[in-house]
Amino acid sequence: MEQLLSVLIGILVASAVYLMLARNLLRFLFGLILLSNAANLTIFVGGRLTPGAPPLVPDGMDAPIGDVANALPQALVLTAIVIGFGLFAFALILAFRAYQSLGTLNTDEMRVAEPKEN
Amino acid sequence: MTPAGLIPVIIAGSLFIWFAQMIPVIGGGDTLRYVWEWVPSLGVNVSIYIDGLSLTFALLITGIGALVMLYSARYLAGHVHQARFSLYLTSFMLAMIGLVISDNLLALFVFWELTTITSYLLIGFSHDTVKARRSALQALMMTGVGGLALLAGIILIGTTAGTFEMSEINAMDGVLKDSVMYLPIVLLVLAGAFTKSAQMPFHFWLPNAMAAPTPVSAYLHSATMVKAGVYLMARTHPSLAGTDFWLWTLTVFGAITMVFASVMALRQTDLKLALAYTTLMALGALTLLLGNESGYTITAAATFLVVHSLYKAALFLVVGILDAQTGTRDANSLFGLARALPITATAAAIAAFSMAGFPPFLGFIGKELKYAGAIAVASEPIFVAGAVLISSALMVTIAGIVSFRPFWSKSGTPIPNVKEAPWPMLVGPVVLAILGAFFGIFPETLATTLVNPTVAAIIGNAEDAKELQLWAGVNLPLFLSIATFVLGFTLYFYKQKLREILIGMTTRGPSFDNGWDKLMAGIASGSKALTRMIQTGVLYHYMVVTFGTALVVLAVTLWFRSTGIPAMGVPQVELWDWLVFVLVLLGAILTLVTNSRITAIAGLGVVGIGMAMIFILYSAPDVAITQLLVETLVVVLFAAAALKLPHLTPEPLRKRWLDALIAIGLGVVTTVILLKVTTGPIDRELTTFFETASWPEAFGQNIVNVILVDFRALDTFGEIAVVLIAAISIFALLKAKPEEEEQ
Amino acid sequence: MNSVILIAGARLQAVLLLVFSAYMLLRGHNAPGGGFIGGLIAATGFVVYAIACGTADARKALRFDPGSIAGAGLGIALFAGLMAALWGDALFTGQWLFIGETEDDKGIPLSTVLIFDIGVYLVVLGAILSIAFSLEEAV
Repeated sequence: MEQLLSVLIGILVASAVYLMLARNLLRFLFGLILLSNAANLTIFVGGRLTPGAPPLVPDGMDAPIGDVANALPQALVLTAIVIGFGLFAFALILAFRAYQSLGTLNTDEMRVAEPKEN
Repeated sequence: MTPAGLIPVIIAGSLFIWFAQMIPVIGGGDTLRYVWEWVPSLGVNVSIYIDGLSLTFALLITGIGALVMLYSARYLAGHVHQARFSLYLTSFMLAMIGLVISDNLLALFVFWELTTITSYLLIGFSHDTVKARRSALQALMMTGVGGLALLAGIILIGTTAGTFEMSEINAMDGVLKDSVMYLPIVLLVLAGAFTKSAQMPFHFWLPNAMAAPTPVSAYLHSATMVKAGVYLMARTHPSLAGTDFWLWTLTVFGAITMVFASVMALRQTDLKLALAYTTLMALGALTLLLGNESGYTITAAATFLVVHSLYKAALFLVVGILDAQTGTRDANSLFGLARALPITATAAAIAAFSMAGFPPFLGFIGKELKYAGAIAVASEPIFVAGAVLISSALMVTIAGIVSFRPFWSKSGTPIPNVKEAPWPMLVGPVVLAILGAFFGIFPETLATTLVNPTVAAIIGNAEDAKELQLWAGVNLPLFLSIATFVLGFTLYFYKQKLREILIGMTTRGPSFDNGWDKLMAGIASGSKALTRMIQTGVLYHYMVVTFGTALVVLAVTLWFRSTGIPAMGVPQVELWDWLVFVLVLLGAILTLVTNSRITAIAGLGVVGIGMAMIFILYSAPDVAITQLLVETLVVVLFAAAALKLPHLTPEPLRKRWLDALIAIGLGVVTTVILLKVTTGPIDRELTTFFETASWPEAFGQNIVNVILVDFRALDTFGEIAVVLIAAISIFALLKAKPEEEEQ
Repeated sequence: MNSVILIAGARLQAVLLLVFSAYMLLRGHNAPGGGFIGGLIAATGFVVYAIACGTADARKALRFDPGSIAGAGLGIALFAGLMAALWGDALFTGQWLFIGETEDDKGIPLSTVLIFDIGVYLVVLGAILSIAFSLEEAV
């Protein structure tokens, strides 16, 4: 499954990059979400996959029995998801406000800070 | 007198006494060295090395420093920023002392830069005037660039010699001279020395530095800081001098600077500027003399160093008094003030005699030695002696303009109601002028205490030092001296006419100062063009560069560092896996190709749910729950906002082949890297720790949660802080009204 | 939206999700759950409530300003971390108190770790609601 997921992550990355290279800010945001999903999945796969054995210590034991899933990447991914949400929400609102102020979502025309030189 | 004015005087005075008590030891031919390790890994030591050269400089710095500080305590009394001034001046003095007593070249460099910075602050002391700010910046840039070159030179010296301790390097005979790095080292060190000591063509910052208050000009820009370059040349002399390259570079640059500066001095009507150019002349003379290795020239350099500092500081302070008491320092409006300013006039006269080189003053001995030294330059005595003759004659003229005319000339009416300066301002010029006279009459007192040890420090042998004497018999230097006076007096009487000719010539000729402005403007527009090139303001360009760079770096690394694509067996893939794979794939493709906002958001939702399923399948219940909840919120928020945004316009693939190329490239590279990572070994040490410690130490059965809230709680705290900051930023973004609405 | 069913359902759902979120928060140390998940569940409940009944109602139902909730949560989390100082431990070292501890049973555990998780819960809840409410109001 690691191999299959590696291919899937590659596809997600390619889609994300293609979307982020678009001129439309909304497409950029779609790409951002895909990229953050791909990143989370990368961390998860990097810790290897273990089916059917969550990292829990059974009652009355001091440590999990047998091989359980790698807890460390899970903790990393969990916070990454929440932070990714914060980042996404901020980017979304930024785009929203930019559209309200500038009347466009085309990034080529968003040049308030660095205006085109004549 | 305020404490702000007085404290620096006390500091400088105490340091002077401390250094003065070393005279018997150093004068006896010994040297002192103390070493403390500072950054041992880089070979940087705080090492103090005191020989004749350091001690001479240290005494000049602290002695003249004390007098100048006493002077400025009165000169700047009542100024709003007097305390600031005192702080700058004292910091400068300490940096300068550090520079001349450091044995470690890297420490020397640090102090070198500190003098640059304090000089910048002092030139720009009147920061409310444009001229002062420009001059300060100019001085900072010039000496700063030189400082960088010096640093490079020092590093080359250190790597060539294997140590940064200058006393050790000087003791290794020829370690630098015989090295292939000799030429770069000399070029870099001289670049530092020439900018600091204002040699042509790096000279123009020094006259501009006269924007500083007069005590600063007297102290930094004539007696001490500008001589740091001279110090550096003298300090490295044992290791670097003695080659034709050294000889010719110093001789030519020194001679040109000397002649150019003395001619330019004649052109000035501002007395302070005239003095500034004579300082340039003196620096040129010192550079010229240090090109040689003969006992004559080095003795001349050591003597002239002291002589010049004494009379030049005195004359600057005199001009400061004139300025303060009359309100002008224009040579054409100051006449016959000797009656009103008797003490100043006397001090000025004594100092000027020394500057002009009359017997029995110290300047006479200095000049005689310069001639003797010039003649001793075996290869080109006529060229060197001629340069010395012209500039010395002009010194006579300038001395007349600065010290004779304002006090004794009857060619104009004196400014009325001028009062003699208060005593703190008189002490400096008087003491310095008298010292010049005293050493002239009893030259052996200076020779045995300072000059001979300095000569010994530079050429390693005190016996080579030539005797300082007022009457050396009827010889060539004496005739040259007489010629100097004749020429000098002649020029003095034709000064007005000469000045007009010079002004005519210089206004038509190219100006270094304008060139500087053009250079700065060129740098500014060049950097603007560069900024425009790399910072286009178009998001697309940034993204292409970012992803393109990532692709190239990753691909190149993979190509050169990897052992090829790992061998893959038939993967163990269940039906469920395939289902999830297809689900996520569909979601991604849907988002990629659609032109409908709702479809794209739905596609993203599918991807997110597929992710959650992967987490569930592979034993990450906490992550799966989080992913599902966040995905829900993303879709809700996105739907709320995106529907207020315009429809997507198609961006056809045929116009975006480059984007597609980058995207596919990055996707492939990511997959290959992950395949390599997942087939390689994994270090589970950390996970094992968490697994075994979770229950016994943290009383939690859910290892993921224990990591989050206990083992790595500080990280989690940082993460929730980020979430909160995002929320606050969004709140601010939404609540703040756009500018158009406010107006 | 004026669907009566949606409004009634959203109210009920919000209450249920709030209770469920508290349950997930408290059991988080030993089973899947915890502050992040609990906070997200509670936030989802209120976001649905806001869609159904409007943000004004949702704010009223929440009683406190979401920004203040998040700020308080961060303060609580920091407080939990600082408490370690009372025992002379490093910052964010967990401290435990077991009420009614016996040989076999650890009793009711109280800990700074739980306080910290409550802080996380409040930050996540408050931050998400602040974002969602202000977005709803701006659109």
